[in-house]
Amino acid sequence: MNHGMRRLLKRLHWMDGLIVAVLVLFFGYVWVQIGDQLNYKWRWGLIPDYMFRYDEERERWVANLLVQGLITTIRICIYASILAVLLGIILGMARVAKNLTIRMLARTYLEFLRNIPPVVVIFIFFFFLSEQLIAALNIESWARGIARSENNGVWEFFFGDMRRFPSVISGVIVLALFESAFVGEIVRAGIEAIPRGQHEAARSLGMSWYAEMRYIILPQALKKVLPPLANQFISLIKDSAIISLISVQELTYKTVELVSTTRAIFEAWIATAAMYFVICFSLSMLFSYLERPRKSGAR
Amino acid sequence: MPETQPIIEIRNVDKFFGDFQALSDVSLTVNSGEKVVICGPSGSGKSTLIRCVNRLEEHTSGQLFVDGIELTGETRNIRAVRMEVGMVFQQFNLFPHLTVLENLTVGPLRVRKISKADAIARARKYLERVHIPEQADKYPAQLSGGQQQRVAIARSLCMEPRIMLFDEPTSALDPEMINEVLDVMIELAESGMTMICVTHEMGFANRVADQMVFMDGGKIVEIAPPSVFFTKPKNPRCREFLDQILEH
Ligand SMILES: Nc1ncnc2c1ncn2[C@@H]1O[C@H](COP(=O)(O)OP(=O)(O)OP(=O)(O)O)[C@@H](O)[C@H]1O
Ligand SMILES: [Mg+2]
Repeated sequence: MNHGMRRLLKRLHWMDGLIVAVLVLFFGYVWVQIGDQLNYKWRWGLIPDYMFRYDEERERWVANLLVQGLITTIRICIYASILAVLLGIILGMARVAKNLTIRMLARTYLEFLRNIPPVVVIFIFFFFLSEQLIAALNIESWARGIARSENNGVWEFFFGDMRRFPSVISGVIVLALFESAFVGEIVRAGIEAIPRGQHEAARSLGMSWYAEMRYIILPQALKKVLPPLANQFISLIKDSAIISLISVQELTYKTVELVSTTRAIFEAWIATAAMYFVICFSLSMLFSYLERPRKSGAR
Repeated sequence: MPETQPIIEIRNVDKFFGDFQALSDVSLTVNSGEKVVICGPSGSGKSTLIRCVNRLEEHTSGQLFVDGIELTGETRNIRAVRMEVGMVFQQFNLFPHLTVLENLTVGPLRVRKISKADAIARARKYLERVHIPEQADKYPAQLSGGQQQRVAIARSLCMEPRIMLFDEPTSALDPEMINEVLDVMIELAESGMTMICVTHEMGFANRVADQMVFMDGGKIVEIAPPSVFFTKPKNPRCREFLDQILEH
């Protein structure tokens, strides 16, 4: 036993032992319940098979259900967060606009999202907005055309199976609309944190409202809110599970599918939870590493 | 002849902040090339008055003409006036995310829409004019207060304005830096710029001012050339104020 270990043990109190004992008992009880009462057979061996499988035809390993879902989740989160930031910047500026109507509209949107359950919001966005948009732009048949064509490598790289493109785009739009409200509030806070003198100096130079925002206020505001924006990105990844409800084939949807075919309820959900956790937790560590105070003269 | 043309005309201007009257019936005419120095106790409305000239504050009633353009709600007029009027603030208000050079070029590029090469050439010319050509690539936070204020002056000059407004440009500075800023302002005055300066630097005022203005309680209570203003001011509040200031 090394020195550090001994020090750690010395700092432990009898209370800590009690807490650990209670936790062990609780999970042990759950374990026994699952195994005995439900007659559940643990089949962890299934999980790797549903992550990757060997494709005989192409003679290489390919993603299976879970990893397919994971890749879709990652794609959707990246596109949705880019769109959410663009919408959020517009919304944030609208929240501090001079014009009362614009301010009221932005406020209404925000309150709508704050006071309606996310699931309901998602369905409303899906049926009222993204479905309409996809129908109006005829995206469905356009994507089918690309799926059939030979040289669709680039499209497949960015969007996966092009036959699913409409559903992926729906997911991106719905998720981006949903998150834009929160991004908007972060951007607004950033804009409001910029001292009045910056606005006045920009205006004294004769800048238009647009130039003032574009070249003076937003660059400073966005830099200030980079940390909360990064955290919002992690929230977005977690929130993305909700779009499984509109049949976007991302990780959560694929897990439901896996559970219904294999009945490996506990293994599948634990594996999925672990994947979300690893992604979100490593991003969170990465962001706090990037945010750590640095010695620097410039800026 | 152009020397006597009015370039700023303030006619019976009132300014209210809610119920509080910050300016009452202020009239002032500034001719092209003239230097006006405004002084007065804190809260007397000096800042409010010059901020009305480039419409950082909106006057409540009366009329204000700058370079022949009347300041009304019309956005186009406001921007046209602001392009002709430079403003230097007590707190410098440099753009911290831009280098000194970028601070100087952003206005000409985004407002005057001149080419990048011209904007940079212009910026270097005015940095030379304020004696800090070597600081072009630094960020504002890396400069001393006096240097920052000179950059702020150069930033305004890069728009090639016809009028410069100064709101207590040396009050936030350490004493040893005041003169480097005042020297730049004196050189600017000698180049023929029309200037309105709010300042309590009476040595500077005596040297450059054509008109001295004393404000009290939102009114202009004394207006005279420096020779008269400093020796025999008519208003008793003004006399008291001058005694206090000149004692130090
Ligand atoms: N935005 C505002 N809202 C309400 N009152 C204001 C506002 N700006 C200025 N005032 C008030 O108007 C009066 C005049 O202010 P102003 O800043 O013009 O004074 P000043 O002469 O420049 O004083 P100082 O020497 O302290 O800068 C003050 O009583 C001030 O409190
Ligand atoms: Mg003031």
